Amino acid sequence: MAETMTIGKALNSGLRRAMEDDSKVLLMGEDIGKLGGVFRITDALQKDFGEDRVIDTPLAESGIVGTAIGLALRGYRPVCEIQFDGFVFPAFDQIVTQLAKMFARSGGRVALPVVIRIPFGGGIGAVEHHSESPEAYFAHTPGLKVVSCATPHDAYWMIQQAVASDDPIIFMEPKRRYWEKGEVDTSRSLLPLHASHLLREGTDCTVVAYGPMVRVAVDAATAAAEDNGRQLEVIDLRSVSPLDLKPVYESVRKTGRLVIVHEAPLTGSISGEIASKVAGECFYSLEAPVMRVTGFDVPYPPARIEEEYLPDLDRVLDAVDRTFTF
Amino acid sequence: MAKANAARAGSRASSGAKRAPTRAKSGGRSAAKGEVRHDPEFVQLLTPEGERIEHPEYSVDFTDEEYRGLYRDLVIVRRLDAEATALQRQGELGIWASLLGQEAAQIGSGRALATQDMVFPTYREHGVLWCRGIDPIMPLGLFRGVDFGGWDSRAAKMQMYTVVIGAQTLHATGYAMGIAKDGKVGGDDGEAVIAYFGDGATSEGDVNESFVWASVFNTPIVFFCQNNQYAISEPVERQARAPIYRRANGYGFPGLRVDGNDVLASYAVTRRALDAARHGEGPSLIEAYTYRMGAHTTSDDPTRYRIASEVEAWQQKDPILRMRRFLEQQKIVDSAYFEGLESEADELAVDLRARVLALPDPAPASMFDNVYPHGSAALAEQREQFAAYHAGFEASTVEASTVEGGDH
Ligand SMILES: Cc1ncc(C[n+]2csc(CCOP(=O)(O)OP(=O)(O)O)c2C)c(N)n1
Ligand SMILES: [Mg+2]
Repeated sequence: MAETMTIGKALNSGLRRAMEDDSKVLLMGEDIGKLGGVFRITDALQKDFGEDRVIDTPLAESGIVGTAIGLALRGYRPVCEIQFDGFVFPAFDQIVTQLAKMFARSGGRVALPVVIRIPFGGGIGAVEHHSESPEAYFAHTPGLKVVSCATPHDAYWMIQQAVASDDPIIFMEPKRRYWEKGEVDTSRSLLPLHASHLLREGTDCTVVAYGPMVRVAVDAATAAAEDNGRQLEVIDLRSVSPLDLKPVYESVRKTGRLVIVHEAPLTGSISGEIASKVAGECFYSLEAPVMRVTGFDVPYPPARIEEEYLPDLDRVLDAVDRTFTF
Repeated sequence: MAKANAARAGSRASSGAKRAPTRAKSGGRSAAKGEVRHDPEFVQLLTPEGERIEHPEYSVDFTDEEYRGLYRDLVIVRRLDAEATALQRQGELGIWASLLGQEAAQIGSGRALATQDMVFPTYREHGVLWCRGIDPIMPLGLFRGVDFGGWDSRAAKMQMYTVVIGAQTLHATGYAMGIAKDGKVGGDDGEAVIAYFGDGATSEGDVNESFVWASVFNTPIVFFCQNNQYAISEPVERQARAPIYRRANGYGFPGLRVDGNDVLASYAVTRRALDAARHGEGPSLIEAYTYRMGAHTTSDDPTRYRIASEVEAWQQKDPILRMRRFLEQQKIVDSAYFEGLESEADELAVDLRARVLALPDPAPASMFDNVYPHGSAALAEQREQFAAYHAGFEASTVEASTVEGGDH
C-alpha cells in the first residue's frame, strides 16, 4: 500500500499507529496537544487518544525527560517532543546522566524505552537556537541511540521502530524537510532501524549524509551526472549511533572516494568518526583523503546568511572535485 | 514587599501639580485616612474604566506631565509593535514576537527603573527597551535575521534578548550578587536588577533555581513575571495551580500580583520593589497579570487554542484605553494632544520601517567574527578556506579551492 505524504504527515501517521499498537505509548511535550505541536506533527492525536496519552507538559524540558524516565520505570513508553533543537539542553542532564545510563546501572535489569523527538537543523529562516544540529553530543553518549529520517517512508517506519525499541532513542527530525512529499509503503518497513541505506548507485565517489542533507547529496548526484557524467553513490546513514558503515566500506572500496555531509559544525562531529573508520577499513582503496562538507565551527549564524553556512549542492560538488585532484 | 518603605514610593514624581486620586477603592477607604490595606491579590490604581483609585500600600502621585509621558510611551510602543508585525507579514522580518496587550506592564516597570539598574529581558520586552532609550530598530535586526540584537548591553543597562526560556533569570541573579559584592546596595544610589520572564518560564528549573539563589544570597533583584495567561498554546493552569506570585513565599521573599494592564500600578509596585532591592532588602517577585492580545509570534495561530470571547473580554481591560479614558475624564489633555501623539507615533513607525528596509545583510564571512575574544588559529584557517571558496565563484576560476575545515 503506497501513499504519498509529507515527512511531517508520515511522522504523524507513524505515531498514530504506534499508539494504536500499544496502549502504553504516551506522547509528551510543549504545545503538542490542542495545538498539535508547533510543526503539527502531533496534529489531532490528543483529540483522538485523549489528554492522558497526549500530554501538554509544563514548560520544562528537564521535567519532560525526567518524568518520561519515571513513566518508563512504571511500564510506559513515552515519546517526548523537544520543541526545537536548541531547547534540548535543559534536559541534557536527564538524558546523559540518567536516561543513557540506567540500563547499565541497573545491571541490565531496567531498560528505558524512551524516544526523544527533536526537530533539528537550519534552513527555515528562524531566530537563534532554532537551527541547531546537536546530534554529536548524544552520539558521544554510550547508552543512547541516535537516528535521523530523510524520507516520508523512513519517517513513518523509523518512528514506529524507535517507539518499539527498548533503547533510549534520540530521534532527529529534519525540520526543513517536514513539508517534502514522497511515497510511503505502509505495509512493510524494508529496513531495520539502525541500518544505513544505499539510495543511489554510482561508481566515482561515495557521498554519505543523514537527515536534511540526504536531499542535498541526492541533488548533487543528479547535478554531477548532468555536469560531467560523474556517477556519485549516495548513502543515507539513517542511524548516527550506532553507525552501520558496512555499506559505506563496500561503496568506498568501489569508488575510492568519500565525501561526508552534515549541517553540524566540523569539529568533534560524526563525520570525523566515519572518516577515521573508513581510513582504517579502506586504506588501500582510497584514491583521495576523505572530504567533509559541514557547518563551520561558529555559532549558527543569523538567518540572512544561513545559506552560506549550510552545506549545499555547490559545496558538495566542490568537495567531490577535490577528491579528483589527488 | 509590603514592609518596603512607603515613603520612597513615588519619589520619582517630582515637580508640578500632583493630581489626587478621584476615588478610593472599596467603599471609600482612602489612603488619607491612613488605613493600610495590603491586597497582594491585585494591586490596581487605574480601573479599566479609567478611574484613578487608591491603594494604601502602593500610592504614587504623578504629575500631569508624567501621566502624559506614560501615555505617550504606551501609544508609541504599540504603534512600533504594529509596524513590526506588518513588516513580518510583508516578509521583511523572519518572525516577530508582539507585545500587544502587555504595554502597561512593560512601560510601568520600565519607567520605574533607575538609570543605574540593569535589565535582563526575554524576547518580548520591546517596551522596556524603549524605556531604556535603546533605538527600537535593535530587536528588529534579530527578528529580521541580520544580527543577534545589536545594542550595547553594558551602555544601555539592558542585556540582550534571551530566547531560551528562563535562562536569563540566573544571569540576573548572578549579576545582582555581583552588585552586592561590590557594595553597591544600601542607599538611594544603590543598584538593582530586574529579570523579566513569562508565566510559562516559571516551570523551568533555571527560574526556580534563580529564586533559590536570589533568596539565599539576599540579592538586589526584582523578578518581574508577565503572566500573559499563555505559553504559546498552553494556558497558565498548565504551569501553576496556585497564583504565581505566591511562590515567592516558599522561597523566602515577598511576592505580589499587580494589574499588569495598569501602567500606574505596574510603575508603583516595581518602583517600590526596586527601591527595596537597592536598599539591601533583598529580592521580590511581581506577577503582572496581563494578557497576550495577539498571537504568540507571527508564526502562531491562536484560533487553534483559544476562543474569541476570551480575547474580547480582555479587550475591555486594554491598558491604553483605560489611560486614555482617565486623561480625558480628568481633562489632562485635549483632543489635539491625541492627534499630535498619533502623528508622532506614525512618524516614528515610518522612520522605523525605512530603516529596517535599509538594514544590510551581514557579510557571509562575518559569521567567523566574535567566536572567541582572541580568535583561534584553527578558526582563522577555516575562515580563509571559506573566503577562498567564495572568491573562486566570484572570479569564476576553475581553481575553486577548499570548502570545509581542512581535516584531511
Ligand atoms: C528552553 C526553551 N524551551 C522552549 C522554548 C520554545 N518557546 C518559545 S516561547 C515559549 C513559551 C513561553 O511562554 P512564557 O514564558 O509564558 O512567555 P510568553 O511567550 O508568553 O511571553 C516556548 C515554549 C524556548 N524558547 N526555550
Ligand atoms: Mg506567557
